[in-house]
Amino acid sequence: MNTFTDVEIESITLRIDDKDVSCRKGETVLQVARENGIDIPTLCYMEGLTVWGGCRLCMVEIAGFPKLQAACATVCTEGMNISTNSPRLENYRRIIVELLLAERNHVCSVCVSNGHCELQAMAIKLGIDHVRFAYRFPHLDVDNSHDRMRMDHNRCILCSRCVRVCAEIEGAHTKDIKGRGVLAAIIHDLDQNWGESETCTSCGKCVNICPTGALTHRGTAVGEMTKKTMFLPYLTLMREAQP
Amino acid sequence: MKPEELTAMAEKARNQDAHFSHHIHVCTESGCVSSQSDVLLKNITDEVQRRGLKSTVCVKGVGCMGLCCNGPLLKADDTMYQSVKPEHAGTVVESLAGQPVAELVCDTKQPFFTRQKLIVRENAGRIDPENLADCVAHGAYRALLKVLTGMTPQQVIAEISESGLRGRGGAGFPTGLKWATVSKAGGKTKYVICNGDEGDPGAFMDRSVMEGDPHRVLEGMAIAAYAVGARQGILYVRAEYPLAVKRLTRAINQARREGLLGHGLFGSNFDFNVEIRLGAGAFVCGEETALIASVEGKRGMPRPRPPYPANSGLHGCPTLINNVETFANIPAIIERGGKWFATIGTEKSKGTKIFALTGKIKNTGLIEVPMGMPLREIIYDIAGGIPDGKAFKAVQTGGPSGGCIPAEHLDITVDYESLTKLGSIMGSGGMIVMDETSNMVDVARFFMEFCMSESCGKCIPCRVGTYEMHELLDRICKRQATMADLSLLKDLCDMVKQTSLCGLGQSAPNPVLSTLRYFESEYLKLIQSSPTGLAEDGAKHVALEVLS
Amino acid sequence: MTTSTPKPTVATVWLDGCSGCHMSLMDLDERLITLAGLVEVLHSPVVDQKQFPQQVDVTLVEGAVSSEEDLHKALIIRARSKLVVALGDCAVTGNVPAMRNYFDRSDLFARAYVENAQEPPTPAERQVALPVVGVPPLRPHATALHEVIKVDMFLPGCPPPADAIWYVLTEILAGRTPATTTVSGFGR
Ligand SMILES: Cc1cc2nc3c(=O)[nH]c(=O)nc-3n(C[C@H](O)[C@H](O)[C@H](O)COP(=O)(O)O)c2cc1C
Ligand code: SF4
Ligand code: SF4
Ligand code: SF4
Ligand code: SF4
Ligand code: FES
Ligand code: FES
Repeated sequence: MNTFTDVEIESITLRIDDKDVSCRKGETVLQVARENGIDIPTLCYMEGLTVWGGCRLCMVEIAGFPKLQAACATVCTEGMNISTNSPRLENYRRIIVELLLAERNHVCSVCVSNGHCELQAMAIKLGIDHVRFAYRFPHLDVDNSHDRMRMDHNRCILCSRCVRVCAEIEGAHTKDIKGRGVLAAIIHDLDQNWGESETCTSCGKCVNICPTGALTHRGTAVGEMTKKTMFLPYLTLMREAQP
Repeated sequence: MKPEELTAMAEKARNQDAHFSHHIHVCTESGCVSSQSDVLLKNITDEVQRRGLKSTVCVKGVGCMGLCCNGPLLKADDTMYQSVKPEHAGTVVESLAGQPVAELVCDTKQPFFTRQKLIVRENAGRIDPENLADCVAHGAYRALLKVLTGMTPQQVIAEISESGLRGRGGAGFPTGLKWATVSKAGGKTKYVICNGDEGDPGAFMDRSVMEGDPHRVLEGMAIAAYAVGARQGILYVRAEYPLAVKRLTRAINQARREGLLGHGLFGSNFDFNVEIRLGAGAFVCGEETALIASVEGKRGMPRPRPPYPANSGLHGCPTLINNVETFANIPAIIERGGKWFATIGTEKSKGTKIFALTGKIKNTGLIEVPMGMPLREIIYDIAGGIPDGKAFKAVQTGGPSGGCIPAEHLDITVDYESLTKLGSIMGSGGMIVMDETSNMVDVARFFMEFCMSESCGKCIPCRVGTYEMHELLDRICKRQATMADLSLLKDLCDMVKQTSLCGLGQSAPNPVLSTLRYFESEYLKLIQSSPTGLAEDGAKHVALEVLS
Repeated sequence: MTTSTPKPTVATVWLDGCSGCHMSLMDLDERLITLAGLVEVLHSPVVDQKQFPQQVDVTLVEGAVSSEEDLHKALIIRARSKLVVALGDCAVTGNVPAMRNYFDRSDLFARAYVENAQEPPTPAERQVALPVVGVPPLRPHATALHEVIKVDMFLPGCPPPADAIWYVLTEILAGRTPATTTVSGFGR
């Protein structure tokens, strides 16, 4: 007899970019798109961390919705008709990445993450060959106080992946954000040097999860900083396996 | 408190009042206190004492009487006085027995007073907000009594829905519908939050309601809690409103002491408590999800919706969040009925709205008018028109999220739909009037600067977009911009509006879009008169003369 | 007056850059010969002609706009070129030269000519140590080329690889608009 059907999984059908797809109840547009090989650009989303919804690169058009929706934060409903790649969306995405490049100091040629950076790759993917907006050229610090890791605020895009991995996975909540607008910045504990943080366990998760050259290992030279992110889906799976 | 005790309290206070042959009401709200009305009140009290008139003259501090620009305002029996200084105390007390003090008289027959319709502010200027008995004598908590002794939660919601009341916090969401959603949401614990963050520059409607009639707000919250099934209320007030906080704290303590808050109100099994939470003055904390994060002790940043607070709000529980003025409308609707309320206003915008009038007009202050009043009537009759013989240019409504309405649209009626159609919004009720001398690009830059420094920084379009829009506006104002900059500005406005996470970013471009809509020529004039101007070869930010 | 030539004319200019982009251009190696057959190079750090020609079809510009002299050159280039190509990250974004923008100019001078001098000048010598004669004044910021003139095409990269330069040039000569980010990108 069929003993496994007592947990009935509700299934939903929808259309993404003219492709009929189905998914389980509760899945987000982004998850379903990825499962079906449809690429929606993201910078703040990270499978295994809570949804942040801050980068706005994943905005999609859904028929019948007056506003664009963030794919990472939108749960699929029956019959949704989603378009992920219109010229309008591409234009918005380009502007967003240009804004990031203008906000802080991204000098890829001398960056330890050159060639391994999600922001740089996104710029190339979106065909950005120059930035139309005024560069801010802010004077920002590099926090070199930790003996193994470095925080370079010049490269930070405030995606908060480090804050979430530290609080939600490592459980340390060493990192957070201070300030408003373009003056917002990542801090450690009560805005002290990273090396003096009482709560940091030096686990290095934040470094590996950071999409850019903002969080790096010390002693890396230009282009040498590569990141290992596989621990996150693994840890997530382990957690889900627990009752 | 038992039902009869409320009636007794009101009766007693009215009887005491009847002993007085004269009444002096001094405005003790922030506006007038800033010009020493607190000293005036004390001087008058002393004067009455000194003359041995304590038993015949009732002196009390009351809420705002509206014409704040002429404050301190004072009412001695039926005569209103304006610009009363502390040293006038003697003269005023003296006049009670004889002729009014001619040089201080404020004409209450002027349209500023006669064209208003008071519902929310009906008791402002009449009651002492710090005296519960006085408030009860003027009807406070009668609606709550009615609800708890004779209405089911469904009936309350039906009444509010029938009234057509829409949220006064900005978006104009139908209040009855919101209450019904929270009421239907599952879960044992629910919350009611009153949004008293009021961060728009130039707005002080909510402050006035909280300072002038705090019990009305508490009563509205209690009725809402009963209707949606909540037992805990939170009043979120910005810390920059110390007087409002003081009056609300006092009101909560009084209500608790008298059993108007707490367990088993009016003998029912309905419990309700309210606590105050102070906001640290971030504009974005007025946004409901950021406000909730702030109450939870987190950084005040919005999160994507859905889920809406009605389903998952404070601590993940269903949460009703309404604006101060929205709650303050509730007691009147319950007492007089949703049908009555729906007779006021327009088809889709019911009731009255409080506006804070500021800028280039004769009468600045607070007014409450029926929805649907022509803009012209507000500006020329109530506000008294533009001073110094200058011409009207535009009125900015809705604060930093709103837009400018030019002279050609002066004849529109003020309601949610008409304002939206013109590219502005009702917002929370700020109205800033500008005359012919105003530079509209500069106005847009001013609001953009506000949004730029108030952006929480969470999402990129708003965080960096507001910075770059401000930069472009600044270049235009400084005559350093090209036509390419203008089209870049338009593109950026569109992107920020469409992709920002919360209302702050989504509406930050509005002041630019609306000034572009009606005053694009001012942008063009600045660009064309800049040395880099329309330089065909595109030299951007440097003067072409360098070449020669 | 320049005599009109049947071949398209090209100029290359080196503003505030490290010469790396020109090195990359040299890396075209034997293709340089092919190029010489296709175009006439009127002006370049690697040819003798010192004055910028009156009229050029395509000008490749390396380097950021750092000094008043760079600005002056940029304006002349724009006025006399049909097509201006920003060549490499310094011209496209400001790149390394723009790293001075986070500091005040006076601090930079003090650092370069006083603190870091092999024999630190005495306080009395300080004024003399700071160069004021014979060098073009620095602008407050080193900026990308398109901040001061209209740029028609951008080839990012530090430096853009020779193949990318070849692709861009041949596409232009063929009358097509090159998709520059398919062959190079910031930093790469
Ligand atoms: C940036 C921003 C600021 C806001 N500030 C306030 C405010 O100060 N007071 C307020 O009542 N609503 C404010 N709101 C609207 C609230 O999010 C919410 O819609 C409102 O409190 C709901 O109450 P209502 O239905 O009674 O209008 C703000 C919204 C945004 C996006
Ligand atoms: S962080 Fe990425 S985009 Fe920024 S400089 Fe480094 S490589 Fe370039
Ligand atoms: S190293 Fe680990 S504990 Fe320390 S800040 Fe990073 S994530 Fe948090
Ligand atoms: S340090 Fe890295 S992970 Fe953290 S917010 Fe900045 S860019 Fe994101
Ligand atoms: S729109 Fe602005 S205020 Fe709202 S979440 Fe984004 S950055 Fe924060
Ligand atoms: S991935 Fe959805 S907003 Fe960043
Ligand atoms: S504050 Fe006193 S009249 Fe408004």
